[in-house]
Amino acid sequence: MKILVQLTILFTICLVGQLIAGLLPIPVPGSVISMVILLLLLLFRLLKPVHIQETAEFLLKNMAFFFVPAGVQILEKYTFLQGHVLVFALICIVTTLLTFLVTALTVTGVIKLQEKFQNRGVSHDGSHQ
Amino acid sequence: MMEAISEVLSNGMFGIALSVGAYEVGVLLNRKWKSPLLNPLLIGTVLVIVVLLVFRIPPESYSVGGDIITMFLTPATAVLAYSIYQQIAALKKYWLPILAGCLAGALTSVFSVFGLCKLFGLSEQLTASLLPKSVTTAIALDVSESLGGIPALTVVAVVITGTFGAVFAPLMVKLFRVKNPVAAGVAIGTCSHAAGTSRAIELGELQGAMSGISVGVAGLITVLITLFF
Repeated sequence: MKILVQLTILFTICLVGQLIAGLLPIPVPGSVISMVILLLLLLFRLLKPVHIQETAEFLLKNMAFFFVPAGVQILEKYTFLQGHVLVFALICIVTTLLTFLVTALTVTGVIKLQEKFQNRGVSHDGSHQ
Repeated sequence: MMEAISEVLSNGMFGIALSVGAYEVGVLLNRKWKSPLLNPLLIGTVLVIVVLLVFRIPPESYSVGGDIITMFLTPATAVLAYSIYQQIAALKKYWLPILAGCLAGALTSVFSVFGLCKLFGLSEQLTASLLPKSVTTAIALDVSESLGGIPALTVVAVVITGTFGAVFAPLMVKLFRVKNPVAAGVAIGTCSHAAGTSRAIELGELQGAMSGISVGVAGLITVLITLFF
C-alpha cells in the first residue's frame, strides 16, 4: 500500500501541475510546474522526503526506461530524418562540446570573482556567505 | 487464430512487457561490457522497433501499453525536485556559480543549435525537435512539443547528446583543463543531463551532486528561454 500511497501523492501533485499549466497563458510544461510544486512542498516541509522516498528513488533510478515508447515513435517519424541523419548527429555533438566549454568557463569565472570579492571584503563584509 | 493474436497484441500488457524485456536486455549488456555506448535506453528502443518490424506488429498495438509507460514521465520529471532537495546544502553554498553556469550553458545550447540548424537549412520541425536536446528527456519532450517539434526525434537527439556526454565527460574535463570540481559538475549536467551525471558521479561526489542539480536548473532555464521562440 505504501508505494500506491506515494504514487498517489505524486500523481496528485502532477495533476495539479497539469491543471496550472493548462490555465497559464504561457506554454510551460506541466511536468516542470509539478517539479516546482514538489520542491516548494519539500522546502516548506509540507511534505517530508519519507512520504515519497521509495517511489521517487525508483523513478529517478529507472528514469531512462520510461522513454522507450517515446523513442519507438521514431518508427513512424523516420521520414523526417531522411537525408539529415549525419547533420542531426553532428549538431548534437558540436553543441554539446560548446555548451560544456561555456558552462565550465562561466562557473570557474564566477567562483574566481567570488573569491576575489571575499578576499578584498574580509574586513567590512561580514555578511557575505 | 490471427484475430486472437492481434487482440492479445492490442492489450496494454503487451507493450509494457515488450518494453521492459527490451530495456532489461540493454541493462544486462551494459552491465556485462560496462561501456556507456551500450546505453540501455538506446538498446531497448532499437530492440522494440526490431520486434515490431520483424513480426509486423502495428505500432498502434504497441502504443496501448507504451502510452501507460509514457504517462509516468510526468511524475519522473517531478521527482527531480526530490534529488535537488537531497543536495540542498551544496545548492545553498554554490547557488550563484551554478545559476550563472546553467544560464550561460542553456543559452549557448539553445542558440548554437538554432544557428547550426539554420546554417544546414534544417526544417522548422527538425529545429524545434533539436532545440531542447541538452536537457533531461522529460523536459525536452514537453519543450519540443510546445515548439511544434517531433517528440520521437527529440528523444533521439537527447540520447545522442547524453551518450556523448557520458562517454566523453572525463575527456572534456581534461581537454578543456577544468580544474574546479564544481565547474566540471555543472558543465557536465548542463550539457548532457542525467546520462552525463551518471558519469560525473564517477569523477567524484561533489561533481555528481553539482551535475544533478544542474540537470534540474538548466532544464528550468531552457523552458524559460524557449518561451521566446
